Amino acid sequence: MATYDKNAVAFVRSEMVGESAAPAGEVGVTGWVRKNLFSSIPNSILTIFGIYIAYLGISTIANFAFIHAVWSGESGAACQPPDAGEGACWPFISAYFKQFVYGRFTISERWRVDLVYLVGALGLIWLVYERSPKRSLAALLMLTAFPIFSLILLTGGNFDYSGPFLLTCVILTAVILGAAFVIPTLTKSNPVPTVIAVAVILLIIAFILFLCSVDFGLIEVETSLWGGLLMTLVIAVVGIVVSLPFGVVLALGRQSNMPIIRIICVVFIEFWRGVPLITVLFMASVMLPLFMPKGVQVDNLLRAMIGVAFFASAYMAEVVRGGLQALPKGQYEGAQALGLNYWKMMGLIILPQALKLVIPAIVSTFIGLFKDTTLVSIVGLFDLLGMVQSAGSDPKWTSPVSSHTAYLFLAVVFWVFCFSMSRYSIYMEKKLDTGHG
Amino acid sequence: MAVQDAGHIEDQAKVAFFNDPKVRSWIYQLLLVAFLSWLIWSIWSNIAANLEAQSIATGWGFLSTTAGFSIIQKLVFYSESSSYGRALWIGLLNTLLIAFLGVIFATILGFLIGIARLSSNWIVSKIATVYIEVIRNIPLLLQIFFWYFAALRALPGKRDKISLFDTIHLNITGLKMPSPVFGDGSWIVGIAFLLSLAAIFYLRNWARKKQQEEGVQFPVFKASLGILILVPLVAFFIAGMPIGLEHPQFVTTGAVLRRGFTLGVGMNLTPEFIALFLALVIYTAAFIAEIVRAGIMAVDKGQSEAAHALGLSNGFTLRLVVVPQAMRVIIPPLISQYLNLTKNSSLAVAIAYPDLVAVGGTVLNQTGQAIEIVTLWMVIYLAISLVISVIMNWYNQSIALVGR
Repeated sequence: MATYDKNAVAFVRSEMVGESAAPAGEVGVTGWVRKNLFSSIPNSILTIFGIYIAYLGISTIANFAFIHAVWSGESGAACQPPDAGEGACWPFISAYFKQFVYGRFTISERWRVDLVYLVGALGLIWLVYERSPKRSLAALLMLTAFPIFSLILLTGGNFDYSGPFLLTCVILTAVILGAAFVIPTLTKSNPVPTVIAVAVILLIIAFILFLCSVDFGLIEVETSLWGGLLMTLVIAVVGIVVSLPFGVVLALGRQSNMPIIRIICVVFIEFWRGVPLITVLFMASVMLPLFMPKGVQVDNLLRAMIGVAFFASAYMAEVVRGGLQALPKGQYEGAQALGLNYWKMMGLIILPQALKLVIPAIVSTFIGLFKDTTLVSIVGLFDLLGMVQSAGSDPKWTSPVSSHTAYLFLAVVFWVFCFSMSRYSIYMEKKLDTGHG
Repeated sequence: MAVQDAGHIEDQAKVAFFNDPKVRSWIYQLLLVAFLSWLIWSIWSNIAANLEAQSIATGWGFLSTTAGFSIIQKLVFYSESSSYGRALWIGLLNTLLIAFLGVIFATILGFLIGIARLSSNWIVSKIATVYIEVIRNIPLLLQIFFWYFAALRALPGKRDKISLFDTIHLNITGLKMPSPVFGDGSWIVGIAFLLSLAAIFYLRNWARKKQQEEGVQFPVFKASLGILILVPLVAFFIAGMPIGLEHPQFVTTGAVLRRGFTLGVGMNLTPEFIALFLALVIYTAAFIAEIVRAGIMAVDKGQSEAAHALGLSNGFTLRLVVVPQAMRVIIPPLISQYLNLTKNSSLAVAIAYPDLVAVGGTVLNQTGQAIEIVTLWMVIYLAISLVISVIMNWYNQSIALVGR
């Protein structure tokens, strides 16, 4: 038995020691800097290198855009060395600013462009702002009424449907109405609802055509006068408005179980996706006139729009297909079990869910489309980039920094548009992510 | 029962043939085919009428006509007296060259930036983020214009230069480098190079087998590098140093107009090539970086924790555990970026880099053979897209997870 020594008992505290602060190197600014910038020797080297790169980038841009920049002047002489020439030539941009925004649009009619911009911006706010009422109505109006409104305001409306056009319309109407009556009769169902539905659609089209032919007293502005931001936005918006319905139809066709329709859709989609946009634009500008019957002239802007619309539809179709494939099979089966036919199943059950799923991807497609509109400057249209290029060759504003300044300005404009859209898309993605599925 | 059966049959009989979904679907499809045929036929007849009115003969005969224009960058022989077909071939080679080099460099830069974005170093990851967000949101064409019309125009003029180690020179006429000159006996070096490749292939298989059977690792990478450098080098000296370098010639004396670099001596990268190459690589790298980041983030954190728990170092964890799994996520979107880069190289036409579209455009303007040229473009780009996706899909399948 061991002897028990009273003095050998270890000291045991009877009360807790107070909390001491964390080591100075682990918390606060120093801790953060140590952890994130200087955690090891290679990391420290990287940090110093990174700081150097950041310094280079920031100082170059700050020097060019602000410190050495010229802020006022009447011509390129103000930006010539030796007094200047190191920094941006901002008076060049302000002198050309209106041309960048409106192109060569008739000066007295520029309020029409402003109005279109304003209505578009308001509509967009209505559409994007979450607490605004009836956002689906906003979407509908932006996709239908707004394009027609802009078309009339920008071109001046007062279209002239003379000659064979009206006749063709009348014949087509008769044929379509006839088919709407005959087909249900043949299948021994009541033809009245079909005929009414078709007639309403035809009436809407007729109304739109009529609206475009009304003389609102607006002067006609030819599309050859359009340009700058206006043209960039017009091409991008037309691209997206046309490509959405076409893309949905193509995607449905690609997923269809009718072999011929599926093959046609696959070939169509893969063809446009496989070739560069610039060849599509060349094709539209040199081949489209050959496709038309003699005497039919296709406007230059319209050619580019058709090319862009086909191209965008193929990409949109793939986006929509992604949404269709992402839906669980049970949704299709459930809709069929309820006895819905194909169009009701797609329109009421599948497409609303699928399209909602791919909103972020649609926004990304739109960003790509928006950037791609710059390509029309290669086929001789004066979009924002084309306008900037032509401004750069103005002898009045010749200076070593004119083109640099114009490119910087343009880069900022595009960046603001694209970056805000991409942020919105990320935000939507987070919001739509329900955490399951 | 009998009555019911009879009623059932009667019901079936009542369904008219056009209410049968199968028949209906065929009717729809036939209608679509009829409509498309009509569309194609009417377009075709319009084309025929329009071409006749403009008196342009269709057909591919123009390909053998003398082109009569010069091309600033050619990989194989071409002169003004060559044919249109030859010119288009030069254009295709230039497209393939820029696409090939662009894909390689964009991949390297993209992976670096993607990894930098995930770095624990705050400033490095922020710089990568800024790079990606800025470059991705500015149109490629604008970037090409920036490099060509703004950045490269600021270089020293024709009679001046900036040099690196006195071997690589840069001025407004392009980037000048020494070009290799192959003398007699160069083939020995070539064969030695091929032999060393074969040896490396054999060595890799041998090392893998050895590791699997005996658990002994062999330093494959260092050995391969040694073989790849040493064997051709030895062959080079044995053959009597047949490969030389031709340095670009810079004339500083004599008539002022003759000063500057002598044409055709050494290798020259044209400013058009440099601008397009820089813009394509920098633009595509931003997209690849995002793909790489997403791919690496898709690998579960537990994977690298488990690897660390097994005692693997950081490098091995990345090489053996994280990257192989991330690659499965990375490859499919990477394929479409490669396709995008190839298609985007057609923007060359904006700065007159003689690629397929630019040369084709010149031919189109000279001959008016719009349909043939556009068809040629479309077919070639579709073929390139097809080849790239077949190769990359094959690679993707070879690394895909094998399901049990």
